[in-house]
Amino acid sequence: MKRLETGAVRDNLSKVLAFVDSTLEDVDCPLKTLYQIDIAVEEIFVNIASYAYSPGTGKAVIEIETEAEPGCVAITFRDSGIPYDPLAKEDPDITLCAEEREIGGLGIFMVKKSMDDVKYEYSGGQNILTIRKNLKG
Amino acid sequence: MTINKEKNGDELTVALEGRLDTTTAPQLEEELSGLLDDVKKLVFDFAKLEYISSAGLRVLLAGQKRMNKQGTMVVRNVADEIKEIFEVTGFTEILNIE
Repeated sequence: MKRLETGAVRDNLSKVLAFVDSTLEDVDCPLKTLYQIDIAVEEIFVNIASYAYSPGTGKAVIEIETEAEPGCVAITFRDSGIPYDPLAKEDPDITLCAEEREIGGLGIFMVKKSMDDVKYEYSGGQNILTIRKNLKG
Repeated sequence: MTINKEKNGDELTVALEGRLDTTTAPQLEEELSGLLDDVKKLVFDFAKLEYISSAGLRVLLAGQKRMNKQGTMVVRNVADEIKEIFEVTGFTEILNIE
């Protein structure tokens, strides 16, 4: 398992994505899957950076597990901020016209749609969000 | 991300190169804000756009809302990966994709 602990601020997004991409270089990850994982990581990390410790700041931990299940990658995000279950939010209505559309909730919706599994728990004073993605189709 | 703009009368073409994400979306938003006043047709060329996240979608939605009031907006040369994002999020119904 690879682990990165970093300040939960937007400026660290590129660092987080570089960590994810370099870790996934070692496994056979199709480019399209890597693209979907990058988007999911961005949406989740930016959410943590924007809301978890607001108005203060804190740490986020990202753990990548590529060996526990062959052909599957699991990425866990931990923060010690305000308890918040992003999965509890209602999915946006994607059938509305431009004028009626709101952008809120779209990021986590994209995560739910593109990952094979998304789990949230609050445990030991931490928000723990885990995404799983099968690397083969 | 690189933003290439070309103005032709009341038509503005914006070609994006690279990643439209949390880091770069504010840059596009700022570039657009001062340029759209007399634009009737806004064209986004995504031939060299590699990546879009919800932060990028937010800017496109704002652009579409604004252009609905004063003209039209089209999105051209969308790569398959980005088209898939538009489909999943319902943006294929909101945007004019050529």
